[in-house]
Amino acid sequence: MDPEAAKFIGAGLACSALIGAGVGIGSIFGNYLSGALRNPSAAPGQFTNLLIGFALAEATGLFGLVVALIILFG
Amino acid sequence: MHQFEINRFLKLDLFGLDASFTNSSAFMVAAVVIVLGFLTLAMSNRSLVPTRAQSVAEMSYEFIANMLRDNVGKAGMRYMPFVFSLFVFVLACNMLGMLPYSFTVTSHIVVTFALAALVFVVVTAIGFARHGLGYFRLLVPSGMPIIMLPMIVTIELISYLIRPISLSVRLFANMMAGHMLLKVFAGFIVSLGFFTGGFVPFLATVAFTGLEVFVAFIQAFIFSVLTSIYLSDAVNMHEH
Repeated sequence: MDPEAAKFIGAGLACSALIGAGVGIGSIFGNYLSGALRNPSAAPGQFTNLLIGFALAEATGLFGLVVALIILFG
Repeated sequence: MHQFEINRFLKLDLFGLDASFTNSSAFMVAAVVIVLGFLTLAMSNRSLVPTRAQSVAEMSYEFIANMLRDNVGKAGMRYMPFVFSLFVFVLACNMLGMLPYSFTVTSHIVVTFALAALVFVVVTAIGFARHGLGYFRLLVPSGMPIIMLPMIVTIELISYLIRPISLSVRLFANMMAGHMLLKVFAGFIVSLGFFTGGFVPFLATVAFTGLEVFVAFIQAFIFSVLTSIYLSDAVNMHEH
């Protein structure tokens, strides 16, 4: 295989890290909502934790994006 | 991409090191000046019933103070100036980057890594200063069978040492990916033509810009939350 083509395929594969980020963000917000609907009075207190979880999950996917960029331009 | 390029405004060579004044440094100075100017102005004529500017300044302080108190406890309030400056600086840099034609300081890993390395060094120094060599017990979870120790300690050590990398890459990747996303979608508008379908990516760009403002705030907050969680490890060790 042409090494240049392999590079592009590899970069595309590295972006599949975003699958995990999507699942993670969805599960965080879904679980927060279902918890908040069960006990609305406790929901505002957990909003910070929600944001932390969101950012942590999103960052994991972006690590994959960084790997893709390193493959492409590194 | 043009928006991530660094231009030298003022060439400066310090003992073989390139210490030029670049657009990156200009925006860092701008961030510090804006924050200092705003906080000083807002608090200059304090009153019991705060004005609008004063209540914004107080809210931002309270926000970080509460977060620090929740995560570290009373002992952590000594480090409030450090965490608050980190938060405000990162927030100002992120938000300045959202202005059109501006430069995002935090979209360069060298800047975020310097910040994260500072956090790492400060936290480790605090840990050793408070607990002496006992700080190494952080790597040993309590109630661990002896046979598991070598493996667990190795894993804990790696996860401790990887902190500055994950902290810096998280901020840098979020800021860079966000700006690239905006650029890519803005490119779709031009290539489609606005009236022949280009309004769809236009609407998406508007929505993503809102998301990016949110992310700019969240990432600054996450940076300070993680700093305070690391501080909590160093101050309280396991017993918190």
